[in-house]
Amino acid sequence: METKSIMIVGVGGQGSLLASRLLGNVLLAQGYDVKVSEVHGMSQRGGSVVTYVKYGDKVYSPVIEKGEADAVISFELLEAARCLPYLKKGGKLITSTQQIDPMPVITGAAKYPEDLVEKLRAAGAEIVAVDALALAEQAGTAKASNVVLMGVLASRMDYPDELWQKALEQCVPPKFLDLNRKAFELGKNAK
Amino acid sequence: MKKLMLGNEAFARGLYEAGCRVVSSYPGTPSTEITEEVAKYDEVYAEWAPNEKVAMETALGASIAGARSFCGMKHVGLNVAADPLYTAGYTGVNAGMVIAVADDQGMHSSQNEQDSRHHAIASKVPMLEPSDSTECKEFVKLAFELSEKYDAPFIVRMSTRVAHSQSIVEMEDRNELPLKDYEKTPSKFVMMPAYAKGRHVFVEERTKKLREYAETTPLNRVEISDKAEFGVITNGAAYQYVKEALGDKASVLKLGMVNPLPVKLIQNFAAKYQQVYVIEELDGIIEEHCRNIGVNNVKGKEIFGYIGELPQSVIAEKLLGEKKDFVSLDDEIPVRPPVMCAGCPHRGLFYCLKKLGVTVSGDIGCYTLGAAAPLNAIDTTICMGASISGLHGFNKARGAESEHKTVAVIGDSTFMHSGMTGLVNIAYNNSNSTVIILDNSITGMTGHQQNPTTGKNLKGDPAAAVNLEELCKAIGIKRVRVTDPYKLAETEAAIKEELAADEASVIISRRPCALLKYVKHNPPVKVNTDKCVGCKMCMKLGCPAISMRDSKAVVDHTLCVGCGICQEQCKVGAIE
Repeated sequence: METKSIMIVGVGGQGSLLASRLLGNVLLAQGYDVKVSEVHGMSQRGGSVVTYVKYGDKVYSPVIEKGEADAVISFELLEAARCLPYLKKGGKLITSTQQIDPMPVITGAAKYPEDLVEKLRAAGAEIVAVDALALAEQAGTAKASNVVLMGVLASRMDYPDELWQKALEQCVPPKFLDLNRKAFELGKNAK
Repeated sequence: MKKLMLGNEAFARGLYEAGCRVVSSYPGTPSTEITEEVAKYDEVYAEWAPNEKVAMETALGASIAGARSFCGMKHVGLNVAADPLYTAGYTGVNAGMVIAVADDQGMHSSQNEQDSRHHAIASKVPMLEPSDSTECKEFVKLAFELSEKYDAPFIVRMSTRVAHSQSIVEMEDRNELPLKDYEKTPSKFVMMPAYAKGRHVFVEERTKKLREYAETTPLNRVEISDKAEFGVITNGAAYQYVKEALGDKASVLKLGMVNPLPVKLIQNFAAKYQQVYVIEELDGIIEEHCRNIGVNNVKGKEIFGYIGELPQSVIAEKLLGEKKDFVSLDDEIPVRPPVMCAGCPHRGLFYCLKKLGVTVSGDIGCYTLGAAAPLNAIDTTICMGASISGLHGFNKARGAESEHKTVAVIGDSTFMHSGMTGLVNIAYNNSNSTVIILDNSITGMTGHQQNPTTGKNLKGDPAAAVNLEELCKAIGIKRVRVTDPYKLAETEAAIKEELAADEASVIISRRPCALLKYVKHNPPVKVNTDKCVGCKMCMKLGCPAISMRDSKAVVDHTLCVGCGICQEQCKVGAIE
């Protein structure tokens, strides 16, 4: 199979590392060659965070560049807009509708663009917008919006549920497992 | 068993499987997880040292004593450890010794973009360079064998992409090795001129042998494509980009051993093609080597340059003229730079420094973010420890004019690393300088590592804790005081008093990192919109949890940890 590329993006602290590891483990169990690329250090601390997940028969570069992503999963709306150029033609964009002001917006040096979901759709992206934060809070904690979005992704990928459940067990500490299973389920069933 | 592993995790697994016994490192992105991961194996003694020089000397000592040993660091850490490195090249080893150095092409989290291969060449220490997690593990194991065979420490060069990308690794068992005998051998380990002269002869002979090994080692491999129109010589992460961008359009010579480089292997490969491209990130070391050995049908840096990473898009565009289509929005997308976290204890201190208009000599850590808007509070950031020694120089140059309005800021871990010696210089050379130690009880930026001030070691066990107040006094600083950066008025007063004093002083701004698990937070604060007058005083703090909506301040309850400095800042009592 030709290599597929999925980008997971968000704001430092939103849990994109866990999401990418979860997806990586599902793809590994499915028998693919997999590469997951993370960024640590300075880019955490509330900055834009990007992780790359690539899979196929043989994956070389761990990096996804503009025009290469089959799907972009975003935990925050502005980050979805920032990463639109990475999406290839016909690629899917799954985004949380959560908005977090970056420092230039907080200081008044820049404005948070309005109506981003509509604009992204108008730009031709096949977009799924979900209020992942509300679903995560429904599951028990705002911190689980990453797993909610993985649920949304799972509902659009054709892998057995047990692979996802097993990956959750591998990636989430036991005491948070039930909560995350609930968040995953809410994401899977999100419209 | 197969597992997805970060390059760093696979590196650690390689250390474990190779029977490595002693590990000493100093954290630094992107190298940190090697040591954190290897510490999880009970069979390995692993520690954080106060700096890279200490770590390398510890590893060398363990090697001389007969244990396979390791030390890990980032590229700039190798500068700190350069002193032991260059002489360890002479002494060689007893049991195998491996050094990891992680370069940061693209400067994802570093103050410069140096190419560590220069250190390998200059110190005449051999260097290997893996390009994925599987190779990380294999190369580490081979490096130990080669280290013992050739009597040299071996450097394994990592990069951000290799260190922080996960790929599939097959796990194997540990090869438990007995300690090697230790025999007193002054001619090998006492590097005074009479003995060192003999060792230099050995080093030059060793390099010749290693160069022969480089011709035939499986670390260097040729991948011939029948459809190739040209050849590519590459190494490390760039190999993956080359394969992705060019597929079977190029034959590839992949160099896994980057010092010393082979001669005949390169000459024979280059002779097969009219044109050969050298695709290496940062400096043109392989390309220059090609020219030195009479291989002149190569091009590299004139096409690819010396800056940053060389991902597949760059290679496809430069060599094939191919560009990917993409769309973007017309809107300006505001940047999202990293910021100090909500509740970060550094914020209060930097707010006071900005308010007082103080010149700030900065250092390396989370608090480097004090340089960013809206605080813009830092004037210089150079390297670990340079805040204190730089301040001393600044004040010696400008005298009283700057002594009363200039400070150094340095974190607890950085102070232990190489700030102490600068403070000794201040005391010893009678400098009227004010140093602020930002003691947040952890090494923050690299992801919460313990250090000699925290009272815990790498494995999380209790350890001796340096008493910073007593240490500063012992160094000869008489004015030492502790402040709480959550208390703005107290912090501001302390800075004013110490700047006004006519002798050196140290302020320890003490409050644990807000992300530490044991730190208990207050409930989030709330803005009373009836009282809020929209003056934006709270916005001056640069807290990511506070924003303005409809001319009133709003606090994001998912981010706020109730540190309360915005309450102190609010003149109308609108934050409750």
